[in-house]
Amino acid sequence: MNTMMKNSAFALVLSLGLVAGCSTTGEEPLTDEEMSAVDQDGGASVYGGTDDGGISADELRERDRRQADSAATGDDAALRRITTFYFDFDTAEIKPEARDVLAAHARYLANNPDVNVRLEGHTDERGTKEYNLALGERRANAVQRFLVVNGADRSQIETVSYGEEKPAAMGSGESAWAQNRRVELIFR
Amino acid sequence: MTVTSRFRTTWTSTAAALVGAALLIMMAAAPQQVRAELTIQVTKGVGSAIPVAVVPFAKSGDLPAGDDVSTIIRNDLEMTGEFNPLDPERMLSLPSSSDDVFFRDWRLLGQRYLLVGRVEREGDQVRARYELFDINSERRLLGETANTSVDNIRTLAHHISDKVYEALTGEPGVFSTRLAYVTLDAHEGKPRYRLQISDVDGRRARVRLESDEPILSPTWSPDGRRLAYVSFESGKPQIFTHELATGERSVVASYPGLNSAPDWSPDGRSLLVTLSRSGNAEIYKLDLASRALTRLTDHWAIDTEGEWHPNGKGLAFTSDRSGGPQIYIKDTEDAAPRRVTFGSRYNARPRFSPDGRYIYYVHQRDGAFHIARTELASGDEQVLTRSRLDESPSVAPNGRMLIYATEQDGNSVLRVISTNGDAAYTLPAARGDVGDPAWSPILR
Repeated sequence: MNTMMKNSAFALVLSLGLVAGCSTTGEEPLTDEEMSAVDQDGGASVYGGTDDGGISADELRERDRRQADSAATGDDAALRRITTFYFDFDTAEIKPEARDVLAAHARYLANNPDVNVRLEGHTDERGTKEYNLALGERRANAVQRFLVVNGADRSQIETVSYGEEKPAAMGSGESAWAQNRRVELIFR
Repeated sequence: MTVTSRFRTTWTSTAAALVGAALLIMMAAAPQQVRAELTIQVTKGVGSAIPVAVVPFAKSGDLPAGDDVSTIIRNDLEMTGEFNPLDPERMLSLPSSSDDVFFRDWRLLGQRYLLVGRVEREGDQVRARYELFDINSERRLLGETANTSVDNIRTLAHHISDKVYEALTGEPGVFSTRLAYVTLDAHEGKPRYRLQISDVDGRRARVRLESDEPILSPTWSPDGRRLAYVSFESGKPQIFTHELATGERSVVASYPGLNSAPDWSPDGRSLLVTLSRSGNAEIYKLDLASRALTRLTDHWAIDTEGEWHPNGKGLAFTSDRSGGPQIYIKDTEDAAPRRVTFGSRYNARPRFSPDGRYIYYVHQRDGAFHIARTELASGDEQVLTRSRLDESPSVAPNGRMLIYATEQDGNSVLRVISTNGDAAYTLPAARGDVGDPAWSPILR
C-alpha cells in the first residue's frame, strides 16, 4: 500500500519535472562550452540576439534531437519506474495519464528484445471471483495491446489474471479498491 | 503484498517444472486432520419455526466424550431455521423409548414433535435406536436403528438428523453432506491457501490441498467423490480434478490465458469451463475422458461462470455483452442465449435450484453486492441477503439452504441461509478468511 502511494506521488513529481525541463531548455542562455560543442559537431554559425537564442535552425534541431535522445533515455528510465496501472470499476480502459509511461515501457521492450514482461491483471474484491478473473485478464490484455501497438513484440509479453485474489491494499472501501484495480508489469 | 510463488514458472512451463510442482503440492496435500476451523454462529432464528423436542439420548457402554448424538441432532435441526428445538433443561421427563413417553408432558410444553433414543457401545461399534413421534396425533413416525464405528459418532448423528428432517418435511436432509471451501491466512510470511472439506456445521475439517498461490472455484462431481477447482500453483491458472479418496490429481485444462469456473455436468462426464484461448473468455464443454472441447459461447464480451441446468441439457452463465455482467440461459447447448436478469446493472455467477425453478446469483443494488434469486417462470426477483459484499452462492442439494461468502468484521466468512430467507448461520474461519464455498451433492 505504501509503495503504491509513493509510486503515485513519484509519477506526479516526475511529470512536473518533465514540464519544467522542457520549458527551460529553450530560454536559458547557452554556455560557451555547449556552443563550441555544437560548432565542432555541425560547423554551425552563431548569431547574437536572435529570437532563437542565437543558434541557427540547423543547430537547434540537432541540439533538440540530442537533448531529446538523452531525455528519452534518462526520462524513460524514470518513467519506467512506474509499473502499476490503475483502472475504474468494471472497466479495462487505460487511463490517459498511464499512456506516456506505458509508451516508455514499450520503447524499452522494443529496444531490448531479450527482455520479457509479465502483466498481472487484478480487480477489487467486489463482484464475483470468476467474472473478476476474466476482468483482470481483460485489463492485462488491454495493456498488452498498448505495448504491442507501441513497439513491443507479442512474444516478450505474457499475461495472467489473478482477479480479486491478490489485493495490493487490504480493507474495504474505495481507497483500497482503487489500489487493487490494477495491472502490474513484472520484468524478468 | 508481494507474493513469491513457490512454483513460479514461465508461461510455457516445462514438463519437469510442472512435475516438480505437483510433487511438492501432493506432499502438502496429504489429507491431514486439523482442528475444526469453522465455528458455527447462529445469527438469526425465526418465529414460525416448528417446536421439536430432542430428548437427550440414553447412553450405555463406554462412549467417547464430546460428541453427544442428541446435541448434534438438535443443532442440525436448529440451523435450518425450520425447527426450534426445546432446551433440554425445560423438559419434564427424559424418555428414551416409546414405553416412557407421556404425550401430555410434551403438549404442555407446546411441542409438535418428539425424538427419543438410546446410544449403546457394542465392541468398536456404536448403535443408536431412535423413535420420532407426532405429539398431537400420538403417532410414531419413525422407529429405527443405525450403527457406525465408535470414532464416527457425528456421522451417526447427522444420519439421524437427515431421517428426522425427511420424515417431517418430505425433503431429504442435507446434514450428511459436506462443504468444500478455501481458507486464506498468512503462514511464515506468505499467504496460505487451503482447500478444505468439512461437515455442513463446519466440523471435521480436513485440508485437501495447500498452496501459497490462489486456489478457487471448487465444484463437486455429482457422485461427491471428486472435486474440480482452479489452482495457480504453477504461476498460472489451471483446472484440476482431484479424487478425494486417493488424493490423485489431474490437470484437465491448462490452455494459454484463463482456465477457470469449472462446473461438473450432472452425468459426471464433462466440465463446463471458461477458457480465453481464443482471445477472450468463452465457455466450453470439456469431455473428461477424451479432453475434447466443445465451444458453447461465441462473443467478444466476457462469458464465464457457466453452470449446467440440473437437467444436464442447458446452462446458465454470466456475460457482459449488454455492457455489464448479466445472467443468460441457453436451454440447450446449441440454443441462442436469452437474458434472464434485468433488475440491476450487475448480476453474476448463476446457480440453479435443484428443481430448476429458481436461479440464484450475485446482485448489485445501491453499491452493495447481495445474493438474489429469480423465479425463472415468472421473472420475479427476490433479494435474499442484506450484507454488502456477498458472493459465491452455492445451493444445498435439497434446495432449502444456500451457502455464500460474505464479510464480517473485516474478514471473509461463510454464511448459510434458508432459501426462504428466514434463517442464517455463519461459519467464520478460526484465522484469516474463508470463501468459495461449494455444497456437495447428497452422498450415498
